Amino acid sequence: MTTNCHSAFVYSKDFEKYRFSADHPFNQIRVAMTKDLLEMENTLNQSQILMPRKATDEELMLFHDPSYIDAVKRASVDELTDDDELKYGLGTEDTPIFPNMHDAASLLVGATLTAVDSVLEGKSKHALNLGGGLHHGFERKASGFCIYNDGAIAIKYIREKYNLRVLYVDTDAHHGDGVQWAFYDDSEVCTLSIHETGRYLFPGTGNTNERGLKSGYGYSFNLPIDAFTEDESFIDVYESSFREVMEYFKPDVIVTQNGADAHCLDPLTHLSSTMKTFEYIPLLAHELAHKYCNGKWIALGGGGYDIWRVVPRAWAQIWNVMTTNSIFTGNLPMEWISKWQTEAPVKLPDSWHDHEGIYKSIPRKAEISEKNSKMLEKALQFTRNKMKFSK
Amino acid sequence: MLVKEIMKTSVITLSPEAPISEALKLLTDNHIRHLPIVDEDNRVIGIVSDRDVRDASPSIFSKQVDSEELKNPIKSIMTHPVVTVHPLDFVEEIAAIFYEEEFACVPVVQNDRLVGIVTEKDMLYTLIQLTGTHVQSSQIEIKVPNKIGILPEVTAIFGKRKVQITSVLIYPYKTDSHFKVLVFRVQTMNPLPIINDLKAENFEVLWPNTSESEL
Repeated sequence: MTTNCHSAFVYSKDFEKYRFSADHPFNQIRVAMTKDLLEMENTLNQSQILMPRKATDEELMLFHDPSYIDAVKRASVDELTDDDELKYGLGTEDTPIFPNMHDAASLLVGATLTAVDSVLEGKSKHALNLGGGLHHGFERKASGFCIYNDGAIAIKYIREKYNLRVLYVDTDAHHGDGVQWAFYDDSEVCTLSIHETGRYLFPGTGNTNERGLKSGYGYSFNLPIDAFTEDESFIDVYESSFREVMEYFKPDVIVTQNGADAHCLDPLTHLSSTMKTFEYIPLLAHELAHKYCNGKWIALGGGGYDIWRVVPRAWAQIWNVMTTNSIFTGNLPMEWISKWQTEAPVKLPDSWHDHEGIYKSIPRKAEISEKNSKMLEKALQFTRNKMKFSK
Repeated sequence: MLVKEIMKTSVITLSPEAPISEALKLLTDNHIRHLPIVDEDNRVIGIVSDRDVRDASPSIFSKQVDSEELKNPIKSIMTHPVVTVHPLDFVEEIAAIFYEEEFACVPVVQNDRLVGIVTEKDMLYTLIQLTGTHVQSSQIEIKVPNKIGILPEVTAIFGKRKVQITSVLIYPYKTDSHFKVLVFRVQTMNPLPIINDLKAENFEVLWPNTSESEL
């Protein structure tokens, strides 16, 4: 296994300008906290950091409708009518309007495109843009904290500029619906989303029977896991599905969305993962990227609403795996804890791992794991049959 | 919701004199399970289901390909009179017909002429639309006292937060008639502010409920 891969970390302080309101749960300060943590661990240096560019209108139009882009621009200067707000999903509690929102959102997209170019022009093996992963953005509608869908735009961009086949793997606790629908009838782009079942949780979609349309049939995979799913079952579902889909689709490049909201401390979801899951997620992505794609792997951020205790640790592990193929262990740097503790409303963790007993034990564990493994079978049945008969 | 809003208007039909074999072919080719039988004025005089046709067909074990039975006219096996509905009837009434009569399809008739058809599948599709599970949303369940004016009290909280409601369902609360369960599907990824507002107004939120994982 390759260690010491040359990787790029796309970052700008301006990510923080993507801010809906002071008490909105989506807060890009988590990217700065992650960067800080990595610098204090001496795993990130200036030469690895890439400054992002802003996406152009033409690039946004690879996925979004021009009328929607225009609406976001008008919202940026507060000139959108109430009717248009409703029509385009702007001005809601989830995606409120804020000044210069178009610029802030275009930067996140540009950052993902910067990561793509770095890898596909061969300047780095892997690239990480923690400011991206906004998977709920629709062609002509904002939703779920997402204005522009950088993942969907980046995949269109890869298709057009590099003509490569893309596997998109989404481990955010919410269904990666925006990206899924963008490539639902496309057999050159395969999407795989693991998420908490949509029975209660937003956006409600992501059932196993959503497999794609027309020539895209069999290229959308959905793995909805039950509320209160723990590490073991999460990792089992993730590993089995990722390995099998990889063997089935054999992509040229992997794009991962690394939402960190499947953690038990996340306030918006109901899963019971711990850091163990977030240590394993990048390790497997890294392994498979080298095995099948000559290393080509672009990782994005995503959800993650316990920005103090969960997201910086989870995201720092992605970078550590990218550059050293290992995870951080032991205690967090004191320097980092004392710097950020002053701002945090909760006590910051002292270790890279979660302590036993971070959540109350789940009485229905056996039942939940059994249900998840049945679900996994159902989701992979089509692929398994197809591979069996093609041999 | 009215029948005319959910009915299919292009209906595949058959004349009473047509042979059963033709019905068999139509059912198979179009992946449908019911054929209204109409006269030359498009009046519904009978109906056949795939089961009726199968009962009239030779066994699959029989080698005979061109069997005599299938040459009989369809009118010999059709069911009549036919239960029909009007385009202005309510969708709920069809659900009651399906439940009580134990069949799965009704022709829609206006001025004695066939104008549409509604099947069990159309009905289920409509129900999915009514529950709102087909659009982006989160689900919130609230237990409320069964009293007049409670619904506007609750919905006002959603309105204040500028959160779009995609659907509302009202269930009985178990067997206790003093309470109801309100189920909302709302277009937000972050139901927490609303849940806090609901709790502040002393409503009991049944879901989301994280007590199972709380410290």
